[in-house]
Amino acid sequence: MKSNVGKLLSTAAIAATISAGAAASTLEDVKAKGFVQCGVSTGVPGFSNADDKGNWSGIDVDACRAVSSAIFGDPQKVKFTPLSAKERFTALQSGEIDILARNTTWTYTRDASLGLDFTAVNFYDGQGFMVRKDLGVESAMDLDGATVCTEQGTTTELNMADFFRKNKLSYVPVVVQKADEALAAYDSGRCDVYTTDKSGLAAHRTKLADPSAHVILPETISKEPLGPVVRHGDNQWKDIVTWSMFVQVNAEEMGISSKNVAKIKKETNDPGIKRLLGVEGDMGAQLELPADWAYNVIAKVGNYGEVFERNVGPSTPVDLPRGLNALWTEAGGIMYAPPVR
Amino acid sequence: MSDKTTPSNNSFLNDAGNRALIFQILLLAMVVFAGYYLFSNLQANLDNRGISTGFSFFNEPAGFPILIHLIEYTEANTYGRAFVVALINTFVISLLGIILATIIGVIMGLARLSKNWLVARLATVYIETLRNIPLLLQMFFWYFAVLAALPAPRNSYEFADFLLNKRGIYSPNPISQDGFGLVIFGFILSLVASIGLIIWAKKRQTRTGLWFPAYWSSLGVIVGITFIFLAIAGFPIEFDLPQKSRFNVTGGMVLPPEFVAVLVALSTYTGAFIAEIVRAGILSVNWGQTEAARSLGLRDNLTQRLIVLPQALRVIIPPLTSQYLNLAKNSSLGAAIAYPELVAVVMGTTLNQTGQAIETIGLCMLVYGSLSLSISVFMNWYNNKMSLIER
Repeated sequence: MKSNVGKLLSTAAIAATISAGAAASTLEDVKAKGFVQCGVSTGVPGFSNADDKGNWSGIDVDACRAVSSAIFGDPQKVKFTPLSAKERFTALQSGEIDILARNTTWTYTRDASLGLDFTAVNFYDGQGFMVRKDLGVESAMDLDGATVCTEQGTTTELNMADFFRKNKLSYVPVVVQKADEALAAYDSGRCDVYTTDKSGLAAHRTKLADPSAHVILPETISKEPLGPVVRHGDNQWKDIVTWSMFVQVNAEEMGISSKNVAKIKKETNDPGIKRLLGVEGDMGAQLELPADWAYNVIAKVGNYGEVFERNVGPSTPVDLPRGLNALWTEAGGIMYAPPVR
Repeated sequence: MSDKTTPSNNSFLNDAGNRALIFQILLLAMVVFAGYYLFSNLQANLDNRGISTGFSFFNEPAGFPILIHLIEYTEANTYGRAFVVALINTFVISLLGIILATIIGVIMGLARLSKNWLVARLATVYIETLRNIPLLLQMFFWYFAVLAALPAPRNSYEFADFLLNKRGIYSPNPISQDGFGLVIFGFILSLVASIGLIIWAKKRQTRTGLWFPAYWSSLGVIVGITFIFLAIAGFPIEFDLPQKSRFNVTGGMVLPPEFVAVLVALSTYTGAFIAEIVRAGILSVNWGQTEAARSLGLRDNLTQRLIVLPQALRVIIPPLTSQYLNLAKNSSLGAAIAYPELVAVVMGTTLNQTGQAIETIGLCMLVYGSLSLSISVFMNWYNNKMSLIER
């Protein structure tokens, strides 16, 4: 009996040393288990949404697929964890997921106090309002006295409060735990207004009974730079996620797409492109990645323009204009990435 | 203990009492060690990841609105204040839910025992349906079904100065004017008078055996005296009437659909369980008690009130306590349909804005723990009071 107790105590002591030493590099962990664990939303069309067969697609999903392509040369080595807004940070902090790509706004408090790091912006967004057309509202300034539905636990909740306070408008907040139920409450007439990021409004509008009966108001009341998030402290992993995004933007700027990348790799004489695609130099080794990692990202997932068009562009039901998300070289665009050098 | 009969084995470790003590100390040490290990591990991991800890965020401005607040609250108030608002919302829904569920449960439990075939069957259908459908589903049903059935604010149903629409039930809001203090004085006076009346009636009954309808007449006393004082003060109340505006209804008092849906779902669901407990309690009282009461000449309702129910209560109270505890904890499901109770405000919004997961979840556990313990303590006290006094 006594020796049993001794065994128990010593196993507890061993367990203590193991868990203390468990924080190896995320890249090593990912390589060891053979896939990237990616936290996504429970369903925002165009950003992260599963079809009836369980296949995920969207801009945020492609951010994870790009990382998987960079490490394994295969965009399919990703497992997805659907998370509600309030679960997402805890899931990342606790190590349940490797990347959080869940249309998450980059803010000071989140970056500074949550033990998290934002990697790059994969979508520049801003909060807006959606109302029924038959209300005849043309501006957010007409919303005095309105009832507003929104999802709980997002920056949306605070922006909404700030907007109505700043403009001295009265309102009734209805804050629902999950986005789908918030939308259902709006659709059933509990609220006059539904508010979230404008991309989200466009995406959610496709789910309503009659999408054409609703209109998105012109005002944008906040800056919402959305992007993938990683745990604080693993700089290598952060760099991998950041540059998986940056090479996609650089590729679009250089005119390289998934369709012509193989041809360009063979034929090009441009040293910049050769460096990017891993023909020359040793760019991969600096991040412990294969030499052709950027080539794989572009070939398997595409450049940023392709990702945008495929998921949220005018040809999709979400139907968003490029707007701020156009390249910096085009009018109105601010999408800019540091050079691969 | 046994060392006198076996003197040869008289060592310290061979004593059964000593051994039991040693194992208990070892067990306690392991529990303390495990707790300490988990806590220090948590602290170390939080430090490693640069996550700030502590409750200092309670003094920072919250910045978010809350739909239902019984105390003054605006976005400029602190997280601490938001916590108190949410706490009150949880208490209010639990308390009202417990009262309503008890009323529904007693009525339905008696109805199921009714000799009227239709009444008994209807009660059975109610109990079996609501007991067997998950509560969350019922909440969604009440919320979305009620929302779908009601008209938009523009086409509100109107009864007198009351309005009913998707945004809630609106009623006139009484605003006290000068001289209202006199009415409050009158009300307190009437309360004192009615308590005196009840005491007098009880004393007279013990002395002479004559019965007096003390409760009904004291109700009359309260209404009557308060009304006289209202008239003397010249009816110092004005009503703020609800008015239809562009989007909503402004003015008046409002009962939002979230509150109504949570209250209805909680009380009808728990009421179904209570009905079965009440039925079991009444059936547990021996039929001989009823027969004895009848042979003494007691009428049917007096037999129930004075003989059957007091004995049934002894069986009813312990399981009833569990139902009350369940109801209080189930109120957390209100978060799903936008009722701003503790889980919604603290574990939802506050957690997400501040990222203090351990603190907020710990706080919620503490609150539900103390809420449940206080209900438990109260019900145990009541149970002791009601239990059979053996002489």
